[in-house]
Amino acid sequence: MYGNDFVPPDDPHGQSLLDQVADAERALNEAAASGRPDATGVDEALDYFNAVVAAEQKVEPRDWMPEAYRKTLIRQIAQHAHSEIIGMQPEGNWISRAPSLKRKAILLAKVQDEAGHGLYLYAAAETLGISRDELVEMLIDGRQKYSSIFNYPTLSWADVGAIGWLVDGAAIVNQVPLCRCSYGPYARAMIRVCKEESFHQRQGYEILYTLAHGTPEQRAMAQDAVNRWWYPSLAMFGPPDTDSTHSEQSMAWKIKRFSNDDLRQRFVDMCVQQAEVLTLDIPDPDLRFDTARQSYDFTQPDYDELMQVIKGNGPCNRQRIANRKSAHDDGAWVRAAAAAYAAKNDQRVREMERAA
Amino acid sequence: MTEHSQLWEVFVRPRRGLSHTHVGSLHAPDAEVALRNARDVYTRRQEGVSIWVVPAAAITASSPDEKDSFFDPAADKVYRHPTFYEVPEGAGHL
Repeated sequence: MYGNDFVPPDDPHGQSLLDQVADAERALNEAAASGRPDATGVDEALDYFNAVVAAEQKVEPRDWMPEAYRKTLIRQIAQHAHSEIIGMQPEGNWISRAPSLKRKAILLAKVQDEAGHGLYLYAAAETLGISRDELVEMLIDGRQKYSSIFNYPTLSWADVGAIGWLVDGAAIVNQVPLCRCSYGPYARAMIRVCKEESFHQRQGYEILYTLAHGTPEQRAMAQDAVNRWWYPSLAMFGPPDTDSTHSEQSMAWKIKRFSNDDLRQRFVDMCVQQAEVLTLDIPDPDLRFDTARQSYDFTQPDYDELMQVIKGNGPCNRQRIANRKSAHDDGAWVRAAAAAYAAKNDQRVREMERAA
Repeated sequence: MTEHSQLWEVFVRPRRGLSHTHVGSLHAPDAEVALRNARDVYTRRQEGVSIWVVPAAAITASSPDEKDSFFDPAADKVYRHPTFYEVPEGAGHL
């Protein structure tokens, strides 16, 4: 991974993100190999559930789990899946205008990956007893949310680079700890997602690097994209810990491993050096290394703006949902035709069996 | 979508010599489409050389409500493990 090699190697945060994902995968296999949690004398379902979580083992779909745990997971996994699906739009916007065939092919592959990530996650959510129909419906009618970041427009080709570097970078910092989530299907889906996100982040970084070392106009375009995407990316980590409503319980259940502010700090520390290599500026005059904390001081994003965007008042909220709805509606005849074809085939097979 | 398509569980054989492993699930109207969707969703990076798709409804699973009791009969048969047996000194190839 670009640039975060400057942290001592024994610091887990200094590892490349891919190494951290590999570690999480190893931990998952090791926990599975360590045998069942000691359940002697544990009769209550809740105690058993707590023992499984405490032993760093995974809760699996048909296990008993507290209703609130199930609801929290559905909300979080669904929001995550929706984000992947809506996230296809800002980037898809540039497929037809990518500057070369190579860039176009890469961007197509990336957007297809986002669809794949959405589907892994929908599948994980469905193991909790919610149907795909309900999930699609709740996204379209606004009962479930997606990441606020995708309500910002992609105004130039450099935005595709900034999304890859900053938005996917922030997503990875958020998601790598989710590879250790206590719910098995979510943890496994996240391992797949994170491995693939790493390609996304690098392709974005490469776009920005190329532009930053191009003509003055290209360089200005890259800087402009970073200027616009920096604070919304910081806001992706959610409200500050003091205002975060779901955090504490999620930490106890080992759904979440680090607080919003911890992850945000980790992201900033990672980006500063990466920006230096890009020779682009992070648009924060107060960005300063604090030697005591061994971390950067930085300006917080505008959380009122974040709340406004979450409430539906971002630049592209209505357009994103309208597009999603029309894609779903326009696809209805395809689903109906496929179902009719399947039914007809079934019937044909049955008739042949009867005739035989 | 449920009115149109059923849920399929997907199993992928990563390489020859390994068994098929469950990787996730998907929706499709029939087996053929399920197989194609599985290829696109779960093997975009050459993760597999063979795919199985199984209607989720066709799977009968043991119930986790029984917790460990279902598997208890295996617990008192330690003699099924080779480590149960004492090997006399000098006996090779055991």
